[in-house]
Amino acid sequence: MWRTGCAKGCARGIPMTKTALSVLTVLASIVVIWYLAVAPMNIRVALDQAERTGAAIDPPSAVERRNISVWTLMAQNREHIADGYSLERPRLPTPAQVGQELWRTTGEMVLKGRTWSKRSLIYHGWITLQSTFWGFLLGTTIGIVGAIAIVQSRVIEMSVMPWAIISQAIPIVALAPMIIVLSSQVGIEGRGFPKALISSYLCFFPVLVGMVKGLRSPTAEQLDLLKTYSASGVQRFMKLRVPASLPYLFTSLKIGIAAALVGAIVGELPTGAISGLGARILIGDQFGTPLAIWAALFAAAILAGVLVTVIDRAQQMLLRRMGMRS
Amino acid sequence: MNWLILALVFWLAAWAANVAMVRSKWAETRLVRVVVPVIFGLTLVVAWEALVHAFNVSAAILPPPSAVADTFARSTGMLWEDFTQTVLKGALRGYFIGAAAAFGVAILIDRSPFLTRGLLPIGNFVAALPIVGVAPILVSWFGFDWQSKAAVVVVMVFFPVLVNTVQGLRETDVMLRDLMKTYAAGYFTTLWKLRIPAAMPFIFNGLKVGATLALIGAIVAEYFGSPTRGMGFRISTGVGSLSIDLVWAEIVVAALAGTLFYGVVAWFEKKVTFWHPSQRG
Repeated sequence: MWRTGCAKGCARGIPMTKTALSVLTVLASIVVIWYLAVAPMNIRVALDQAERTGAAIDPPSAVERRNISVWTLMAQNREHIADGYSLERPRLPTPAQVGQELWRTTGEMVLKGRTWSKRSLIYHGWITLQSTFWGFLLGTTIGIVGAIAIVQSRVIEMSVMPWAIISQAIPIVALAPMIIVLSSQVGIEGRGFPKALISSYLCFFPVLVGMVKGLRSPTAEQLDLLKTYSASGVQRFMKLRVPASLPYLFTSLKIGIAAALVGAIVGELPTGAISGLGARILIGDQFGTPLAIWAALFAAAILAGVLVTVIDRAQQMLLRRMGMRS
Repeated sequence: MNWLILALVFWLAAWAANVAMVRSKWAETRLVRVVVPVIFGLTLVVAWEALVHAFNVSAAILPPPSAVADTFARSTGMLWEDFTQTVLKGALRGYFIGAAAAFGVAILIDRSPFLTRGLLPIGNFVAALPIVGVAPILVSWFGFDWQSKAAVVVVMVFFPVLVNTVQGLRETDVMLRDLMKTYAAGYFTTLWKLRIPAAMPFIFNGLKVGATLALIGAIVAEYFGSPTRGMGFRISTGVGSLSIDLVWAEIVVAALAGTLFYGVVAWFEKKVTFWHPSQRG
């Protein structure tokens, strides 16, 4: 799913600056399209607001405006288009507004010394990060143990593998409210555990598949060679299969950690959680503050980027130390 | 106590049967390949039933599978209504729109190597994001009915399909493209006869990822507001009113729908990419 900007481009002899330039161009055009879209998206809200302050609008009442397309409205009320770019509760905020909101809830909070306030996204991000981390740990463990069991035993492979595939076709969100009800009934306090469980559900599968592939990646000749060294089964496993599986493991860990974050946020969405990035989205929806939703979404995106980059770096360091190409 | 012993005996018997089947000479036949996982699934259901009875778990916490099956049989009408609302109207329509849009954009983007290079890392990044969080925004844009659910599904399906299609279109090697040139094939002929078929394994990867995401999107969007039907609506109200057996019946529907959806896409993949090494094994 994830590749650093250079991995593929560099391999084909394209300098990194050229890739970076392309990425920046695409990003810039997205921002331009976004800014252009703000005007038609917000024109109705802007006109409603202008009407309340007593400005002359054509047509004058909101009911009449309902059946007129946004383009006509924009053409008839040119002087109010600009209002759409500075609304307090826009349907579509501008990138600058989202950026300001992000700064207000992160950097500014830190400067004020209120990093862990309930209104700071750093606090909420930390809550989500914890669930992600535990879910990632649990999911990775299940994935690795499952993969070892599958590689070792044909019965387990034939019994479990189809269900592992089916498990991913089952929409986990349908189960999320159930998991939360169940664990609170059983007497597990707080939302940390059910969230971690949901996130591990999404996370284990890529790790399982990647590890099975990796543990099976040594060729027959390599296995034969170890046999001529009279290596025992355990030694063959530890000295050949495990090291050979590491590149596969890290590739799936990158997918897994992104999936774990999705799981943690999904675990917060339908359940009335009060802290965490998913809860910020939920609360923003209930209180009609779209800026809070957008800021939480971007915070989640940044968090995902950081997590994947950390694992990518770890992969490069470890594989280089092991003498493999990364 | 009897229930526990029953579960244990059943488990051991089923496991022994599976071991015997896998070790037998028919291990590679299609029948065994189907029967072994089915038996394993059955043991899980029996264990669930037995544990619920053995520990007297209240039906408000975890109903036994028999109760879920009973509720399922009694409320097929309602379940079907929810299925139409969420899967047929929300998820499937969104899936087709999203996949078609992604395919179209991929073909357009592919004409410019510059844009392709820029788009791939961004697309890969966005495909890994918790996009499902846009659900409340889209529900407030498109209203409570299926349109907003379809919109969430469109956004979720778009990026995996886009990234995979763009990647797939780059897969043909220079020799093959040169060959098409010697046949005097133009851009569209080359695209249609060589590059799109070659991209198919990648496109289906994206479509399969999208198939699992589509249902998630449609259900989550219903948690943020829906008409008084739909699977997400029924699950969230069911949890609130402690009719847990109904929630489990909906989960069964979701599981069946998800598996069926994925299975159909995988079936098409087999038919379309029969030539690919991964399908011949």
